[in-house]
Amino acid sequence: MTKIEQKKSKKGTWIALCCIAALYVLLFLIDNVFPSTSFIVMLTPVLKKGAIYSLLCVSMNLLNGFTGLFSLGQAGFMLIGAYTYAIFTIPVAEHMSVYQYFDGGAIQFSIPEAIGSILGPTGGAFFGSIIAIILAGCVAAVFAALIGIPVLRLKSDYLAIATLGFVEIIRAVFQWNSLGVITNGSNQLRKYTAFSDMKLTIGGATLKFGTIFPFLIVMLCIIVIVLLINSSYGRAFKAIRDDEVAAEAMGISLFKHKMLSFVISCFFAGVGGALLAMFQTTIKAQSFTSAMTYEILLMVVIGGIGSVSGSCIAAFLYIACSEWWLRFLDSGKFLGLSVPFFRDGFRKVVFSVVIMIIVLFFSRGIMGDRELSFSGIAGGVKKLSGRLKKKDIEEKEDTGNE
Amino acid sequence: MSDAILKIKDLKVNYGGIEAVKGISFDVPAGEIVTLIGANGAGKSSTLRSIAGLVKPREGTIEFDGEDICGKDPTAIVTRGITLVPEGRRIFPDLTVLENLRIGAYLRHDDLTDDLNWVYELFPRLKERSWQAGGTLSGGEQQMLAVGRALMSRPKVIMMDEPSLGLAPLIVKGIFDIIKEINKQGVTVLLIEQNANMALKTANVGYVMETGRITMSGTGEELLANDDVKAAYLGT
Repeated sequence: MTKIEQKKSKKGTWIALCCIAALYVLLFLIDNVFPSTSFIVMLTPVLKKGAIYSLLCVSMNLLNGFTGLFSLGQAGFMLIGAYTYAIFTIPVAEHMSVYQYFDGGAIQFSIPEAIGSILGPTGGAFFGSIIAIILAGCVAAVFAALIGIPVLRLKSDYLAIATLGFVEIIRAVFQWNSLGVITNGSNQLRKYTAFSDMKLTIGGATLKFGTIFPFLIVMLCIIVIVLLINSSYGRAFKAIRDDEVAAEAMGISLFKHKMLSFVISCFFAGVGGALLAMFQTTIKAQSFTSAMTYEILLMVVIGGIGSVSGSCIAAFLYIACSEWWLRFLDSGKFLGLSVPFFRDGFRKVVFSVVIMIIVLFFSRGIMGDRELSFSGIAGGVKKLSGRLKKKDIEEKEDTGNE
Repeated sequence: MSDAILKIKDLKVNYGGIEAVKGISFDVPAGEIVTLIGANGAGKSSTLRSIAGLVKPREGTIEFDGEDICGKDPTAIVTRGITLVPEGRRIFPDLTVLENLRIGAYLRHDDLTDDLNWVYELFPRLKERSWQAGGTLSGGEQQMLAVGRALMSRPKVIMMDEPSLGLAPLIVKGIFDIIKEINKQGVTVLLIEQNANMALKTANVGYVMETGRITMSGTGEELLANDDVKAAYLGT
């Protein structure tokens, strides 16, 4: 790298850090200061869900975009993560009411309470849920390792079908009555630690961290994934994606690296599942369908396969569109007039058309396989203004010639 | 002739039900250029692929530096010092030239600066393009990259599968010059080629393969002068 490039990237890093700091200040204000107007009420869940889906997309991208393994098992590993998290954070006193058909369930233990007995209830909720989230990721990773042994020998479409089957099996197993003492059968799990429990009481004032918490976890996870992608392991993943035979000839063990990528991706899918459980406050195995995987795959494709920032941008845009910006299409009214076809479900029709347009005009997704960088944006703006100026001059010359 | 670094004995390779290599034996002397020539489907690539560990041979031994490496996985074989430049170059198109080279040294954990400089010295063109994606290089440059990538593992034996395939004659000459240069610097070369003329001119030792068997052997010059070889492979 030349000195100028180094200077540029240093500048970019500083701008990025400032932006992140500003983002967290904003999130803090949203949690604690801003009045709950209808705008804020819509904005906060979109931000939380967007952050969670960013992580899910990036974890899927690690597998599908960077290692070239076409897996459709995301929802299954999210389910494992979500259930692990929920099971271990339901307060012991609530077990009777949650597991009402299973005599209070088999696991009479709650991580936040165990931690809470040392650090107090707020510390318990915060650190306890972090431990439970990590546990959720680990359990998902263990399942991934077990399933990976037979499944990762398969290629492309076959791998997709095998992992898709896995999602359906997991969903059925978790609803199985015989496992009800742990999973609560087909009934939902609830009353576990959620985002709204993330608060701190200092003096008389209570500070809430409900929106900051998912952003913090997601950012940490994505940083880990990006570091992995840029490490020599990441390079080996990309080599396997580009050409398996050549990668093998270079001495890269295909199975070992595919397994590594699969397990890590599933770990973060598990973490994402746990966060989703926290967001939803109740979970049911039934809702973790393969349609959920397709939704994430769609975001990955829209953002650009092989681009981390593309995945994040697409996740936020997708969630904002589907949950918020296109809501007016379902309201039955437009600009005060009643429009008959603006009724429930029309939003989805428009949304599908928008997605088709995006795929048609950005065939490689919003970002392709590039990454968003602040120095890149600055460069782009400069180029654009340079081009506009040039155009101005050319136009002037043209008129002059006439 | 110096001692053989690689000794292949009674090697048999099957693909499905078809016997591609039907029990061949040959030696690769250390520090020489050895070539296997033959028509399509003679079993040359299968031989190289089984030495590299990409295919498990059915029978036979492959002895490298006195150790039987037959049936070991590619990771173990690359670590011991044998690399393959695969047929059709197979560089990683979405990785940059530098990343491609680094992948070549994936199993090494020491400093790569000297080796990078060495490869850049051999192929100055790669240095100019080190930040370019591999897929944007021309065919000849991709071949240089494939050879450079293999050299990054600091091999004792480099095996090349048809390095001249699909390249213009002038570029082919350049590639063969580089092969000689690499050999001069102490790397043993095992080369398989359809371009028999070029290969035999470059090689010290040559073997002719036909339908899974070795039918002739000799020094490069001997084979060049052989009437059967002339008729079958040189078209004169």
